[in-house]
Amino acid sequence: MIRRAVGFFDDRIGVAPGARKLLRYVFPDHWSFLLGEIALNSFLVLVGTGIFLTFYYSPSDAQTVYNGAYEPLRGLSMTEAYWSTLNLSLDVPAGLLMRQTHHWAANLMIVAITVHLLRILLTGAFRRPREINYVVGVTLLALTVLEGFAGYSLPDDLLSGMGLVIAYGVAMSIPLLGGDLSFLIWGGEFPGSAEFFPRLYIVHVLLVPVAIAGLIGAHLAMIARQHHTQFRGRIATERNVVGYPLWPGYALKSGGLLLVTAAVLFLLGGLVQINPIWQWGPYEPYLSTNGAQPDWYLGWLLGGLRLMPALEVQLGSWTLVPNPFWGGLAFPTLVFLTMYAWPWIDRRWLGDNRRHELLDLPRDNPRRTAIVMSYFSWVLVVFVAGSIDRLYFRSTIPYEAQIWFLRIAVFVVPVLTYFAAKRLCEELRDRERHPLRGWNGKVVRRTPAGGFETLELDEGVPAVDGGNGRPGAPSEEQEAGAGTGGR
Amino acid sequence: MSPPPSGSPQGEAETHEFDAGPNRRAENLILLALGGASLAAVCFAVLFVALPDTQLLGIALGGSFALLGLAAVLAGKKVVPQEIAVEERTDFGDEQVQEEVAEIVSGGGAGVSRRKLLIGAAGATGATVGASALVPAAALGPAVGEIVAQTPWSRGRRVVDSQDRPVTAEDVTVGTFITGFPEGASRRELGSSIVLVKIPPNELEIPARLRAVAPEGVLAFSKICPHAGCAIGIYRHPLFEPTSERPALVCPCHYSTFDVRRGGTLEFGPAGRDLPQLPLMLNAERELVASGEFLEQIGPSYRGIRQ
Amino acid sequence: MSGSGRPRLHRRVRVGAALVLAVGALASLALEEDAPAQGGRAGLEQARPGGPSADEQPTAGPVERPAPGLEPGDPAMVAQGRRLFVDGCSSCHGPDARGVRGRGPSLRGVGAAAADFYLGTGRMPIDDPDDEPIRAKSPYDPEQRRALVAYVAQFGGPPIPKVDPAKGTLSQGLELFTEHCASCHQVAGRGGMLTGAVVPDLQESEPETVAEAIEVGPYLMPNFRGQFDQKELDSIASYVEYTKELEDRGGWGIGNIGPVPEGMVAWLLAGGALLLTIRLIGKRTPT
Repeated sequence: MIRRAVGFFDDRIGVAPGARKLLRYVFPDHWSFLLGEIALNSFLVLVGTGIFLTFYYSPSDAQTVYNGAYEPLRGLSMTEAYWSTLNLSLDVPAGLLMRQTHHWAANLMIVAITVHLLRILLTGAFRRPREINYVVGVTLLALTVLEGFAGYSLPDDLLSGMGLVIAYGVAMSIPLLGGDLSFLIWGGEFPGSAEFFPRLYIVHVLLVPVAIAGLIGAHLAMIARQHHTQFRGRIATERNVVGYPLWPGYALKSGGLLLVTAAVLFLLGGLVQINPIWQWGPYEPYLSTNGAQPDWYLGWLLGGLRLMPALEVQLGSWTLVPNPFWGGLAFPTLVFLTMYAWPWIDRRWLGDNRRHELLDLPRDNPRRTAIVMSYFSWVLVVFVAGSIDRLYFRSTIPYEAQIWFLRIAVFVVPVLTYFAAKRLCEELRDRERHPLRGWNGKVVRRTPAGGFETLELDEGVPAVDGGNGRPGAPSEEQEAGAGTGGR
Repeated sequence: MSPPPSGSPQGEAETHEFDAGPNRRAENLILLALGGASLAAVCFAVLFVALPDTQLLGIALGGSFALLGLAAVLAGKKVVPQEIAVEERTDFGDEQVQEEVAEIVSGGGAGVSRRKLLIGAAGATGATVGASALVPAAALGPAVGEIVAQTPWSRGRRVVDSQDRPVTAEDVTVGTFITGFPEGASRRELGSSIVLVKIPPNELEIPARLRAVAPEGVLAFSKICPHAGCAIGIYRHPLFEPTSERPALVCPCHYSTFDVRRGGTLEFGPAGRDLPQLPLMLNAERELVASGEFLEQIGPSYRGIRQ
Repeated sequence: MSGSGRPRLHRRVRVGAALVLAVGALASLALEEDAPAQGGRAGLEQARPGGPSADEQPTAGPVERPAPGLEPGDPAMVAQGRRLFVDGCSSCHGPDARGVRGRGPSLRGVGAAAADFYLGTGRMPIDDPDDEPIRAKSPYDPEQRRALVAYVAQFGGPPIPKVDPAKGTLSQGLELFTEHCASCHQVAGRGGMLTGAVVPDLQESEPETVAEAIEVGPYLMPNFRGQFDQKELDSIASYVEYTKELEDRGGWGIGNIGPVPEGMVAWLLAGGALLLTIRLIGKRTPT
């Protein structure tokens, strides 16, 4: 049967050689290499649920009156965009499940990309020859954040409207060009012309997703071309690739991960409420709610806007740099430019321009790990500033005090993190400890006879040597240990 | 126990199988999971028709995916042959081939006499055509020009509340705030909404020319924050000031705080400008009426903001 | 990195730790949701003198309203109120309720509305007059509170407003609430903050409390005296009642305060579950 099918296609379009290569394609195996797959899986769920949503959503700011099942909104005037989102959430069967799953998938996708990025940075996977793919990856993160914000803005409820007006304020703040640029995007002054929602919609459902899909394709193609990196092991070296062939083990596990990702997302979509737009009500430019927040992945921009002191640069009668520019644009631009330039910064800083197929463990390179952690902690402090009013709104710590504390923390925490992370890495490296794997080394145990004996426990490569976890030839064990310690 | 194999010498991947033989227990589990997954999937279909409850649908569909995923992972880890393959990495960067490619590319221009000029001209033309093709983007929206500066407010425009009732001086008492709109104009415009508050005139800390446009201490400010454009919906008014705070208008987005006694000057927060004030007067019916346009430009700051 | 000695035991410890973390994250979210009833989050209870719990001590719970048929002039009651006032309130409001400079305002003319609001929600008495008065368990029983309200009311001022949520319209309530209240109290009444104060959530507010707050404008809240007619007042009260039992059709409401807890769920629940999954699927040591 399988032979006949292969024959049918191979006779006509010659698929067999390619298929043979593909099925035997080798993937190095490590749990942290699956982080990117979670992002990819979330994207697939997003496409699937998103298609469902397009059948019901209407990107229009035409006013209409709600007469549906949800009592507190009955009789209120609202845009069709909000009306249709209400309708698909509350009246279309499985509509709310799809919308919530879609939203959770967006949140999760960016979580996965962020952790994936952290893994790439900490293990040095961005180094030569993988700089191009790293740049593609960072671009994917930026596009996903943009895509998420566009999606968050579509329902035209109170929260999304407030998000849009802030986006408008930030766009206006671009020095010199801001005013005209935002008028082009919105088709006029906020809340914009009737074309604005159709534009936002096509950006969200076509332009950005196609760009994301294309870049994901390029990302994967480059991985396939270069093969994945791997950690140094008994067999794994700079010159080879050690891992599972695609068929059957890897394909099954990878497919399983796709299904588990979908399962987590649909379970969340059914059981944990996300963005209950019917509770927020319709948006008007003169309405606001306390603690309006963007989705988590924009929290660092909100934090930037809030932390920035009231500074505007004026030149004569012109406002050269309006305030939202600092936190809303300059800060994220700096963050992304640093991220883009990282392979080249790292290369110059560490003076290492060699090809690397083997990854570093984070502790192997304390300076890099420390600076990466320091960089992330910097963004994290600003991120906290964006959500602190929601986390501590029941406390009696005054908001001004919180902000001043964070304005200082934004400079202090990265420095502290740098030294703490560096010290930790050096300790770990010297002591051969692993924070998650526990103690790593020799166990000295008292024997029943009263003497002492040394145990050598090994969890590594259980499959190859029979899976009982016992070490192989002692000489090799020592050699491997020496190799690790010596670096 | 054999020592682990070292990398293969050359070419094709070398694989090592370490098959423990059929794992009946895992196979049984997979069958069970597959059965459960189809059951959950059928439940989803039935629920969709009979009782489309979000929670039940989510459990059914999510559960179905979870069981399928479990089956796939189990199959991948416990049932199919486990093998480790070792493959040599292919080297990129053959300098000879790179040289050849460069030669082929430059060879395409062999024999052309004014090569640099032609390339320059082609590049310039490409840029021109590309730029021209982008020009229609300019029609996506109007130029900023004076649009941002224009608001529906002008001398004589009455202030109405959200129910379209005219607002009188008596409506705005000390300690309350009212959202006002220009009578007969669209409320969606950024320049429309205002907040009305009253400060006893003897407490006002503003120059006389601003006092003159705050009849009986009634002040009107743009409701749109000059920072990022949110609606300033918070009026902080102390019931007993010695133990709390001064009266202020606060934006709930980034908490810019504007001191109303000082005519909306910034007290805390990121806003780069003070709150724009709308000059008011009273008509014969003691209704509040704009006595002119906003004293400063409203809305988020941009380059053309006049100070 | 070579796969040298990794004690087996630690794997179970690790999985256990991950599970504990995931459960802890869930629990903290669950606590978050219960927080209003618990009177503040862990570690900050000190700041709030224990939330009111009507079932615990029914005689002192704020749900007990003063009897509607209160006779403001009942001399015995006023006399009892005066005694209580001198004992408990006069250090800030003065022995004759004319206030003390820098400590507390005069209560002449604030009326029963203000007195009932502050006493009924336990916001008064307060230890430090510079603190923000927040909802607490009242040290007075309902009888004593009635007496105190009667004492303050005899100086004149607005009475306790009448309000009937059943006569209101939800959608009108939502509209008015969004325009006048949501910028501080959050559109679903979950509370918030501003420079200088925290804003209480409205989950425990009785309709009368809402009407009193609208009339009085307690602490830093503006008053809306005379801005709403009876129907509008009823509608706002009916919307506030409604927000206590919001329709969480999407499942667990995670506090109804928007994207911050959603982000926590995405990171801790979804991220945690999938991190466990990939730790199980993928190898943990190099080959």
